Amino acid sequence: MLTSNYMNNRIRVLVAKPGLDGHDRGAKVIARALRDAGMEVIYTGLRQTPEMIVNAALQEDVQVIGLSILSGAHNAIVPRIMELLRQKGLDDILVLVGGIIPDEDAAQLKKLGVAAVYQPGASLEEIVDFIRSSVKQTA
Amino acid sequence: MKVMAKASGTTTTPARKTLSGIPVEPVYTAADVAGLSLPPPGEFPYTRGIHETMYRGRLWTMRQFSGFATPEETNRRYLYLLSQGQTGLSVAFDLPTLMGYDADHATSLGEVGKCGVSICSLEDMEILFRGIPLGDVTVSMTINSPAPVIWAMYLAVGEKQGVDWSRMSGTLQNDILKEYIAQKEYIFPPRPSMRLVTDVIEYATQRVPRFNPISISGYHIREAGSTAVQELAFTLRDGIEYVEWAIARGLPVDSFAPRLSFFFNSHNDFFEEIAKFRAARKIWAETMRDRFGALDEKSWKLRTHAQTAGCSLTWQQPYNNIVRTTLQALAAVLGGTQSLHTNSLDEAYALPSEHAVTIALRTQQVIAYESGVPDAPDPLGGSYFVESLTAETEKRARDYIRRIDEMGGMIPAIERGFPQTEIANASYEYQHSIETGEQKIVGVNAFVEKDEEAIELLEIDESSQRHQVEKLARLKARRDNQAVAAALDRLKRAAEGDENTMPFILDAVRAYATVGEICDAFRDVFGSYTETTVL
Repeated sequence: MLTSNYMNNRIRVLVAKPGLDGHDRGAKVIARALRDAGMEVIYTGLRQTPEMIVNAALQEDVQVIGLSILSGAHNAIVPRIMELLRQKGLDDILVLVGGIIPDEDAAQLKKLGVAAVYQPGASLEEIVDFIRSSVKQTA
Repeated sequence: MKVMAKASGTTTTPARKTLSGIPVEPVYTAADVAGLSLPPPGEFPYTRGIHETMYRGRLWTMRQFSGFATPEETNRRYLYLLSQGQTGLSVAFDLPTLMGYDADHATSLGEVGKCGVSICSLEDMEILFRGIPLGDVTVSMTINSPAPVIWAMYLAVGEKQGVDWSRMSGTLQNDILKEYIAQKEYIFPPRPSMRLVTDVIEYATQRVPRFNPISISGYHIREAGSTAVQELAFTLRDGIEYVEWAIARGLPVDSFAPRLSFFFNSHNDFFEEIAKFRAARKIWAETMRDRFGALDEKSWKLRTHAQTAGCSLTWQQPYNNIVRTTLQALAAVLGGTQSLHTNSLDEAYALPSEHAVTIALRTQQVIAYESGVPDAPDPLGGSYFVESLTAETEKRARDYIRRIDEMGGMIPAIERGFPQTEIANASYEYQHSIETGEQKIVGVNAFVEKDEEAIELLEIDESSQRHQVEKLARLKARRDNQAVAAALDRLKRAAEGDENTMPFILDAVRAYATVGEICDAFRDVFGSYTETTVL
């Protein structure tokens, strides 16, 4: 699948705020940092349903999805997103979750295929490095 | 980075600045306050405090923001907090309630009771305040888009308790402008939302005179990443906008201005925060008297609640958060706040456990009763450093206010993304300073520990949702659904016109229309708002 996206070799990332949580400080900082690190970032904005996020990921042809959830609703929202990605054959997309996620829940999310969970205090450098080293580049 | 010579001339130290970027000189002297005019506390412009006696006359209200899971559980927490010496209540609602959805709405899945208490109808408010006499206990409610609905429920509970509205006192946050700027819990577009805000202010002025119908907030603006100067400027400029709308409604300024209240953050930069509170009072007093011609001194006095900075608390080494909260609480007290919430050590993890919130409350009590700080109003008045910071903070805030005036006001400023851009830039710069290590955060990028001990957390599971959904179903089965439909219909027609919507909301609420049903009625009339994202 050769598109101009892949030809310029920039990693494409969708940063999304699922659910009702409007706390977007972290998501915006991450989106900007990834952009500064040379990635193509699409920020969905607030109040995204799992369906909207997966559709955006498909349309924007992203390699990474970053979900920001501080509301405690992650156990309801993330599994739904992972299921939809599987249904659409998009399970090679790297899914990262950030926000207020207790350790036990983080472990559970990883079992569902989430590649990394970032809790408060995670460094931007750590996130950028993880994406760079994890995304398989084609073309 | 500038390098400055100290007075001794033999060493150099790098330039320092506050979190807002105000330079901090190597030393402050009498020369820095030469010519300063500083009236005492209780005298215009109230830089030193709005009351002559301040805490000697009455301590600040210890008002812990609280709410989780079901109204039944939150009621138990409220009774506990009151028994432990808390002096006022403050209600935290869950996201579905804040966004005008009932617990059984599709969008509420996974969200019910997680960030606050789930309130779907008057029945839930009755449960929330069981055993709490609303004529004697003041209640603050942190709700914005559905504020008139929740307030109507609170007033209706008062009725059921047999309390006259003239005795009911508390605060409704009801500050929609900062939702577009920072907290993002808007439902409807700005102008219809401002109409609802003004409906509440007007109704309170006429019918509930001891109630603060708005809490003009900077807390959330700061939490979104703004500097202290931006927090101050945007908050006061929001206040100016609300005053203009109330005046345009036909309310004489002195009829409502005494009941406007404020809500500021108390963050890490100790002296800058104190300066911010002092500058806030001065700017507001002069604005009310000179810009709006208010004559009643109660209209000039900025009354504020403060909350210590949630965003400053860390996941790492959470017990350090007790220390941060203590310093921030002390800054708010030295700054002259009327009311205070102290965050719990587990802020970065979950809603407060009973153990953690008790420590937070005790923090206020230790300051109040053991430190001696409350005995001298504005004890830092006259300090070379604090007075210099106060003056500089005032100057920079006034500059922002003027710029927003030039844009045509806060609504045009929001529409062009101005405050949102300032906040996003400040937030990014701050994160950058942490990434580089220029700003050290103990436990996060300095003095880091591996293998930390886990702490016990409050857990909220999906049982709250099931409980609330079942209760809703029973409510809808036993209420008079025709009466509800008729009330909602009358509400919509009032919303389409320009009557005050409060009487119609009250009727709907008394018939046990739900939060979601009433907000849907408003959505039908006003539409829903989608923001243009500013990164």
